[in-house]
Amino acid sequence: MKETSFEVNVHHITRVEGHGNINVDVKNGVVEKCEWSIPEAPRFFEAMVVGRSWNELHHITSRICGICSIGHTLASLKATESAMGIAISEQDLKLRKLALHAENLQSHILHLGFLVLPDLMGVGSVIPLASTNLPEVKIVLQLHRTANEMSNLLCGRTTHPQRLIPGGFSKIPSMNELAAIRKKLQDSIPNIQAVAQLIQSLAGKLPNFTRETEFISLSHPSEYALYDGKLLSSDTGEAPVKEYLSYTNEYVIPQSTAKWAKHKRDSYMVGALARLNNNYKKLSPMAQKTAEMFNLQPMCHNPFMNSIAQLVEVVDSVEDSIGIINELEAAGLKSQPDYNKPDIKVKAGSGVGAVEVPRGILFHDYTYNDRGVCTKANCIIPTNQNHGNIQLDMKAILPQIVNKPQKEIELTLEMLVRAYDPCISCSTHVVKVNLT
Amino acid sequence: MKPKVAFFDFAGCEGDQLQVANLEEDLLTLLGQVEVVTFREVMKEQSENYDIAFVEGSCTRLQDEDRLKQIRKNAKLVVAIGSCATIGGINSLRNYKDLDGVKKTVYGENAKLFDSYAARAIDAVIPVDAYVHGCPIDREDFLHVVKSLLQGKKPETPTYPVCVECKKNENVCAFERGQYCVGTVTRAGCNSCCVNEGTICWGCRGLIDNPNENSEKEVLIKYGQTVDSAIDKFRLYFGWQEAKR
Repeated sequence: MKETSFEVNVHHITRVEGHGNINVDVKNGVVEKCEWSIPEAPRFFEAMVVGRSWNELHHITSRICGICSIGHTLASLKATESAMGIAISEQDLKLRKLALHAENLQSHILHLGFLVLPDLMGVGSVIPLASTNLPEVKIVLQLHRTANEMSNLLCGRTTHPQRLIPGGFSKIPSMNELAAIRKKLQDSIPNIQAVAQLIQSLAGKLPNFTRETEFISLSHPSEYALYDGKLLSSDTGEAPVKEYLSYTNEYVIPQSTAKWAKHKRDSYMVGALARLNNNYKKLSPMAQKTAEMFNLQPMCHNPFMNSIAQLVEVVDSVEDSIGIINELEAAGLKSQPDYNKPDIKVKAGSGVGAVEVPRGILFHDYTYNDRGVCTKANCIIPTNQNHGNIQLDMKAILPQIVNKPQKEIELTLEMLVRAYDPCISCSTHVVKVNLT
Repeated sequence: MKPKVAFFDFAGCEGDQLQVANLEEDLLTLLGQVEVVTFREVMKEQSENYDIAFVEGSCTRLQDEDRLKQIRKNAKLVVAIGSCATIGGINSLRNYKDLDGVKKTVYGENAKLFDSYAARAIDAVIPVDAYVHGCPIDREDFLHVVKSLLQGKKPETPTYPVCVECKKNENVCAFERGQYCVGTVTRAGCNSCCVNEGTICWGCRGLIDNPNENSEKEVLIKYGQTVDSAIDKFRLYFGWQEAKR
């Protein structure tokens, strides 16, 4: 075997949300360094919300991430509502589930179309594809637009929701508006199938790599768990959400820059692939058919398949959303007052909110005093839970590709990171350590 | 030759760059007018040769100042996009806290490993030529600013408060509904989008240039609100601007 020496230093990897670096050093065929590190500027949200009022926390923590702002808002509202014993109506629950589907669609389509597809088609971004593959790009844009319109309808915004408030909604869509979005979702199905076929024709470019790991997600007896459920580990089974800290076990490692998480093994994975592995049977029929196109069945331990799992979830979100709108229609959509402000009795307490957001399970945990002022907050975001798994995947894949051309090694490592769809500006607590 | 544009991000949520990606079909039109040479969130290629730099996020540490100064040097025009960049935004909440305490709250004994200072707007570090306000920015507003700059004009920004737009939209005033709203002193241009959705104005577009402090006091008295509640709400987005005043 040829003894190779090279360095790979990808500073601020592109087509991911936030800043991450890949540093690899190979001498005479031996991997001397292989590091995934995070130089993102820390933002201290957990300290920023201390002293702020219960009716502002969802507004502030939404700003943790522009891409998953609906998920952060919902996890925040669930934590506040759990702390104060606030119940929401069955109708509001359905509308919130639609809001979450809208975000998953928006984020997954952006990731697949703008961030992953260019790698599979051998270009640097979606921009050249606009001249070489205009029909496909237009389909992606159209799907993305539908998801954004759906966010707009449920949240009053595509990013940083307004209508979602403690106890329910300040404003809800009309049945006509919901029916119009249902029509668009129905019309989008052939387009999604076209995208699925395009990705299927390119799926051979996804590296065939496996490393066994643990998958953690929410789980629900009667639905593909996104808004609600218990914690489920593929290694240890179910647990109540309030025990999340014994799952996440965040820790600092000196040679890297982010707080990482581990449970049963040295690392675990969250996100679409974790959800699919843990809850495959709850996926909609069409979503399962899409998974079959790619031979994606549980347990799949190839992280590159996370992008395919996202595609499967796109189909599931479309089908489930249509079903929810049908249910709302059958039950008759109840109107609510303009500028609705649910009647809430402020009280002291602690609560945890867990929601599955595009990149995996998200936890918000707040403590309030008797005036409803936040005294303590903890937010654990999906990407931080995945950092350890990214690092170990990188270490495992590098020896397998070490004799390939350097460009190819670099691309494979970047594709690996991108497969996790990391959302680094989300990182509420990233540790900056001097790297030498 | 098409002007070259670049996007950069500092401490923020990247939600403003997302609005650019969210332009969808309009993005294709825009790409006919400009050449995007750096946009880390969506493209691999990068270049230091650009005419217009769009900067998102606040400056929160010394090491970011060098990067900002380099961007200023490379670009003919620098445009701040989104509240974190234009006014310091929600990041400034921490400026009211003892920074060592903040670091300890979040990072425990590893706090000393950080370098971080009070969050600030981009124009606290480098001169800025134009602003796209809001959290997040409005897509139409962004296009308006880009069009103006491409035509060599300085984009107009309203100098009146959100209240003006809100009244035009015939919303029931948040104060009348028993809530505190900062639309009285916040720069307009959003078409009172949050109040239209049934909530309040939070102040994301920043203080207007000359807020009418006397009339603000009258509003407080009329609706039985306290100065403390006003200061508390002002801190949500105006922290850096207030400190500057």
